[in-house]
Amino acid sequence: MSGDLKSLRGSAAIAGVATFGCGEAPGYTDMELLANAARAAVADAGLTMQDIDGLCTASGGATMWPMPVVEYLGIRPTFIDGTMIGGSSFIAHLLPAMRALQSGQCNAVLVCYGSVQRTATFGRREVVASRRFLDPQPYEMPYEPMLPLSAYALAASRHMHQYGTTRRQLAEVAVAARQWAQRNPEAFMRDPLTIDEVLNARMVSDPLTVRDSCLVTDGAGAYVLVRADRARDLPKTPVYVLGNGTAVWNRQISSMHDLTVTAARDSGQAAFAMAGLKPKDIDVLQLYDAFTINVLLFLEDLGFCAKGEGGAFVENGAIAPGGRLPVNTNGGGLSCVHPGMYGIFAVIEAVRQLRGEGGERQVAGVKTALAHGNGGTLSSQSTAVLGLAEAL
Amino acid sequence: MLLTVQAMNTSIDTGGVLARHQAALNDGRFLIQRCGGCSRAVYFPRALCPHCGHGDLAWEVPKGTGTVYAVTTVRRKPEAGGDCNVSLIDLDEGVRLMSRVEGLPSTDVRIGQRVKARVMQQGGQGIVVFDLLGGDGEGA
Repeated sequence: MSGDLKSLRGSAAIAGVATFGCGEAPGYTDMELLANAARAAVADAGLTMQDIDGLCTASGGATMWPMPVVEYLGIRPTFIDGTMIGGSSFIAHLLPAMRALQSGQCNAVLVCYGSVQRTATFGRREVVASRRFLDPQPYEMPYEPMLPLSAYALAASRHMHQYGTTRRQLAEVAVAARQWAQRNPEAFMRDPLTIDEVLNARMVSDPLTVRDSCLVTDGAGAYVLVRADRARDLPKTPVYVLGNGTAVWNRQISSMHDLTVTAARDSGQAAFAMAGLKPKDIDVLQLYDAFTINVLLFLEDLGFCAKGEGGAFVENGAIAPGGRLPVNTNGGGLSCVHPGMYGIFAVIEAVRQLRGEGGERQVAGVKTALAHGNGGTLSSQSTAVLGLAEAL
Repeated sequence: MLLTVQAMNTSIDTGGVLARHQAALNDGRFLIQRCGGCSRAVYFPRALCPHCGHGDLAWEVPKGTGTVYAVTTVRRKPEAGGDCNVSLIDLDEGVRLMSRVEGLPSTDVRIGQRVKARVMQQGGQGIVVFDLLGGDGEGA
């Protein structure tokens, strides 16, 4: 850990957050959802759009996405980060934004995302077809994996083989997410869900059923990052960024060295080292649950349990409301919201828990939170450790 | 819509490594690479060794034998082609690839089964698929 990174610990804080259009937003565009979330996050921070001079954003479709966002919002940013590494992007944006704030390159960074993946008229079939052409995977596509789902299914098959993990343990993750979602009025799926219902749900790519898989929703999220001293003068309780780390080891699942070990091991280690904290110091976790297996892998790779013990760790409602470790308190990508990329929603829920804005789902006494993003097919990983002033 | 190697009329001796690898498959031959720097096997084919960065990679015919490392069955309606096996196979040379195991129901494919590569033509291009080695496939 370089002194430089240590010195960035707590140097910036999230001053504003917002979501918009989560669930179904028929008749909207990606940009319209993004702009509504952006405007609300800036207002939440007690700032105006004219105060925003830094922008981080990414899109699943447009490769030059920061440009139309700058144009639409009418801003003139002196710092722009359009890094696109899938759903973890909006967590990976943190560290570059902190550097830009600390160097004086900019004073207020808006991180934002929006997608109408659920209701868009341009269907997923066309997206898949165009991606095949623009971003080919010639060594996988001939075998017709249903990507991204089949990649996670392969990882699950390996975890089950190697560690005796069961489908019932995977189902625990989906049921816990649903129980949290039932306490979140913003969540998309709030009907009761049982382990047996997950086990008997339609199989999509063995061993993962449709209930082991994230939602396809619309939705947008945004947050505003400023220097810590400025955050203290703004209306909302500052949420300090204590650590952030990002790691990519591969893109394709067939190039992943060990399907039971993700790059979250590196991203988590970097984030914890920068924060000077350990897993036991974290009060609430937001883990990118694109599929149930993700949560087991990240609990292990981030150090909350030993490798191979994720399945046993989540049993008996351990990560559900009232369990020993609160995970994905908004209902996660499995039951709350998943518009193509989820990472920004993990950050937003962490901030809401730290601010005590969780309503019926609020965890008592939260002073630290971890938000972890995943991208591609277990390809990119980014971990953020966040905390209140007491954690500085 | 995809620019296939065939469409580019490439032979094993011209073009980049992807084109050469595909040309060999189209010709019924499965090739991997071996690094001249660190001697490790490399797959998928690359212009440099992902282990040591060396640029001298030689083509090699693998033994073709390997082990199922991970497996899934993609569930599809019959009109969409029906259920389909997708497996990750570890070749004995120490490289992994995505493929499928044929000749048995996909849900009977198990991690640890020994398999052997076969080149077949699909959609106008050669691809590598695998068959169980030794009857019941539970060998080794």
